[in-house]
Amino acid sequence: MERQLTLISLFSALIAILGLVPRIDLISGVPITAQSMGVMIAGAVLGPRRGALSVLLFLLLVALGLPLLAGGRGGLGAFASPTAGFLVGFPVAAFMTGWVVEHWRAFLLPTVFVGAAIGGIGVLYGFGIVGMAIVLNKTLLEATLLAVPFIAGDLIKAALTAFIVQSLFRARPSIIMSRVVR
Amino acid sequence: MLALTCPVETPLHRVPVGAKLLGLALFVLIITQLKAPALAWLAVLLVGVLHMALGVQILLFSISLLRPLLPFLLIIALWHAYTGTLAQGSTTGARMIAAVALANLITMTSRLSDIVALLERSLAIFNRTLQARRLALAIALVIRFTPVLRDKSDLLADAWRARRNTQPRWQILPPLALAAIDDAERVAEALSARGGV
Repeated sequence: MERQLTLISLFSALIAILGLVPRIDLISGVPITAQSMGVMIAGAVLGPRRGALSVLLFLLLVALGLPLLAGGRGGLGAFASPTAGFLVGFPVAAFMTGWVVEHWRAFLLPTVFVGAAIGGIGVLYGFGIVGMAIVLNKTLLEATLLAVPFIAGDLIKAALTAFIVQSLFRARPSIIMSRVVR
Repeated sequence: MLALTCPVETPLHRVPVGAKLLGLALFVLIITQLKAPALAWLAVLLVGVLHMALGVQILLFSISLLRPLLPFLLIIALWHAYTGTLAQGSTTGARMIAAVALANLITMTSRLSDIVALLERSLAIFNRTLQARRLALAIALVIRFTPVLRDKSDLLADAWRARRNTQPRWQILPPLALAAIDDAERVAEALSARGGV
């Protein structure tokens, strides 16, 4: 119980700092915010339920007024902005990623990549596009056009998530909870 | 860890958090029904007046918090100029500014401790005192460990730059995640040793 609580809390903190440290270049010369990667990693490592709880805890802290979003944003205003849909989609994305990793018993690397792509792109963009359409008062198709340029970067992030989770598995095999042999 | 709460005491700080959140919800509900640009900008003006009543510094700080909206406002302006529906674009932009500005004001004038207390009370209503305590502990853990992990990431970035003359790449993320995992294990042991949750 304690371990689950602390793992959930520490992964929330990890997602928070992935928004606060913009000076990581993911590929040479391309600075991308790594926060959505944190969401996918949380889902893949902790599993669907704990990963989603971790992201929900993070969102709660953002709502409480802590500047934990990328660029030091936070507070209730973030939930009224056009990117609010993505925020709402974060926990669902983590759940989806974790669910794929838990249920697809292939090698870890492709599993995590597919999970991160389905969760971190498919599901997340679904929520994000709906959110943008509502706030910006546009049709879903128009909102999709606004979001499409970012998909390439997120595919790279999904691949990096897979590599990171594989490294974590090699270092601490027991941490990938869905792969623990019972 | 600095919250976005304004340290300067204002009358709005003394209003209960629940009432403020309810007021915000009602405001957002009302402005989403507004269609005329004049009404939407009136809402913006009202929010601005509320800021001014609390102090010019509050107004200026709130305006600076609106900066992330600029790309979207630009998109709206260009889009609606291109399609010839500037009135609708004006309403959309005004609604966005009013909602985000008021939400930010509520955040600025609500102390973290007050909001956490509201959360605990809400959970206690549903007879979830144990969950309330666990949630409060989880919140405290995140707040406590975010600076710790940030320092770790700075150390990793320094180690990277000592070996290569470039910006840190994604390869510093696995050791950072490992630091989070190891800290979690240690804190879990400490919690168990002290009676658990």
